[in-house]
Amino acid sequence: MGRMTDHQPAIRLEHISRHYSMGETSVRAVDDVSLIVPRGEFLALLGSSGSGKSTLLNLMAGLDRPTSGTIFGNGQNLATLSSIELAQYRRNTIGMIFQSFNLLPRMTLEENVELPLRLAEVDRSERGARVREALERVRLTHRVGHRPAELSGGEQQRVAIARALVNRPQILLADEPTGNLDSSTGEAILTLLRDLRQQIGMTVVVVTHERPLAERFADRLATMGDGKLLDATASVKGLA
Amino acid sequence: MKPRDLTDLAVRNLREAILRNALTTLGVAVGVASLVAMLSLGVGLQQLASKRLSQSGLFDTIFVTPKNSFRGMGRPQREAESDKPPRPLDEEARKEFEKLPNVIEVYPQIRFFTEVRFNNKPYATVVAGLPESSRNSGAFDGIEGSFFSSPTADEAILQIEFAKDLSEKPQSLLGQEITLRYAERQAIPAAGGDASSSAAPEASGGFSVVPKELRLKIIGVVETEPAAGYGGYGNARLLMPLETAATLRAAQVNDLRDIVRGSAANKVTFPSLSVRAKSPSQVEALEASIKSMGFNAFSLLDASKSLRTFFSVFDLLLGIFGSLALAVATLGIVNTLVMAILERRREIGVLKALGAADRDVQQLFFVEAGVMGLLGGFLGVLFGWLLGRTITFGTNVYLKRQALNPIELSSVPWWLIIAAIVFAVLVSLVAGLYPASRAAKLNPVDALRYE
Repeated sequence: MGRMTDHQPAIRLEHISRHYSMGETSVRAVDDVSLIVPRGEFLALLGSSGSGKSTLLNLMAGLDRPTSGTIFGNGQNLATLSSIELAQYRRNTIGMIFQSFNLLPRMTLEENVELPLRLAEVDRSERGARVREALERVRLTHRVGHRPAELSGGEQQRVAIARALVNRPQILLADEPTGNLDSSTGEAILTLLRDLRQQIGMTVVVVTHERPLAERFADRLATMGDGKLLDATASVKGLA
Repeated sequence: MKPRDLTDLAVRNLREAILRNALTTLGVAVGVASLVAMLSLGVGLQQLASKRLSQSGLFDTIFVTPKNSFRGMGRPQREAESDKPPRPLDEEARKEFEKLPNVIEVYPQIRFFTEVRFNNKPYATVVAGLPESSRNSGAFDGIEGSFFSSPTADEAILQIEFAKDLSEKPQSLLGQEITLRYAERQAIPAAGGDASSSAAPEASGGFSVVPKELRLKIIGVVETEPAAGYGGYGNARLLMPLETAATLRAAQVNDLRDIVRGSAANKVTFPSLSVRAKSPSQVEALEASIKSMGFNAFSLLDASKSLRTFFSVFDLLLGIFGSLALAVATLGIVNTLVMAILERRREIGVLKALGAADRDVQQLFFVEAGVMGLLGGFLGVLFGWLLGRTITFGTNVYLKRQALNPIELSSVPWWLIIAAIVFAVLVSLVAGLYPASRAAKLNPVDALRYE
């Protein structure tokens, strides 16, 4: 794959901290984390709730800026980007999916998937094909004129994945993508993510608290606790 | 985002909370309507007033007199300085005035007090000659009957008060004849009778006065007093064509002055001439060029200027009152959009996660405010126009009951329509400033946090 020739890792975190001040006390959501995610890796970020794994994901996504430390996303130092450039990074380099899908309820599935194309100012004539391609990748080509509420949770998450893919990102970030789904549907979604990673050659980072699922699908596990990265060396394949 | 996508999303968002946004838009519409209605009344009243005033001939007429027509009394020193005799206001001068640009008509004033006989009863009244140009000035719009059939017709138009003196039913006078008794000036040769030589030693002649009669057909009764007042026809109650009046050579008040001045020689001079301009805006330049020709010239342009100032202030006040409702509507927009931010927190977070810049979110809210302003502006202009029509209609119903002529009270010119819509959009955008910047600053991580 072409991207393998690129020597930069997909994501490199160097001594990242993110502190929130809540009233008088300061909360260290992320505390001195360093991590390298190579291109094409499927990484699972594990940890109990409040361990800082979602905050770390938001920092990788460029939705938040660290209190200290440096983040390189696709070779770019996010700290040096203006807010407009950071928005471009989110738009073109990152695809995001969420636990609660976050589809816009009054838009049809097609329109939801089209939204990032609008933000990226992709030509109207090109959009239909791009939307169809993304929906085909998640194997959802029927009921595209329906509203999200008319679909099952698993279908909604597949639409959300299609929306994340439509701008052809290099990194897919998923925040508890199976949290609102039953176990078999959750497995199907993770299978889909793994397949997509292989088809497209994306880097995938999944935040989850379900260790057994993570062990089945991820290349590597990174465990967080109290804002610190406890262990990022566990290669699942090595364990197996 | 591209403008089309932005507008598309904005309209979609507005439709999602259709009731609230419709009510807000209606608020803007009511605000614009009150502004438009107020200003349309202002404009309408101004047009009404200036129409009446231009009909009166006050502001498009220059009143010309010869220089120093009274010698000695006022300015003896200046008189001594210039030995040149003042230029007489004669037929030659009249022709020169007529050649000036933008002049409709130049006419002398013919007005005399005389006796009129109708049904063998004498009535004392003032008779005035009407220039032909007054036909189109609009002063006779409310005439009962018709205007003179020709500039030299032996016809009369009566003022309503005088007509009422003659008959209880003024309309019945139309077509009847009225007898004008007047005194005709007849020039006396210089060598003639001894009376003249004693009256004015250096004069070559004087005149005697001979009673004469003329029968006039009554063709019209007019309610308004056309061109009353300055430079006009005073309290004339019987109006006849100027040229007909001129042929009468009726003795006028100023004739005595001619005798005193001794200039009433073989040359016809006018005590004064009225120069009518095409429009009041040309009066100033005309007045200046007439003055440079060596005559005194007056106009009431200054009075008209202060009238315009009055209407500007009047419009401003109406505009301020009208704007109050729009100001309230603006608060409505702010309120609606701030509410929308609270409701759409998550959506804004999603947009940002998908790559929307702060600017995109800001523009989205801005366009939503603008669309409400635009729709409100259109609706408001329509409402305001209807309101103006309603007020005009109501006023005219009242005027009709009072047996008065209907008037056009409100007027919505093009500039007002465009200005009102532009203003509504601008005001809405200003109202959208705060909500838009607040939405743009929303932290996506907070907005997306799972509740």
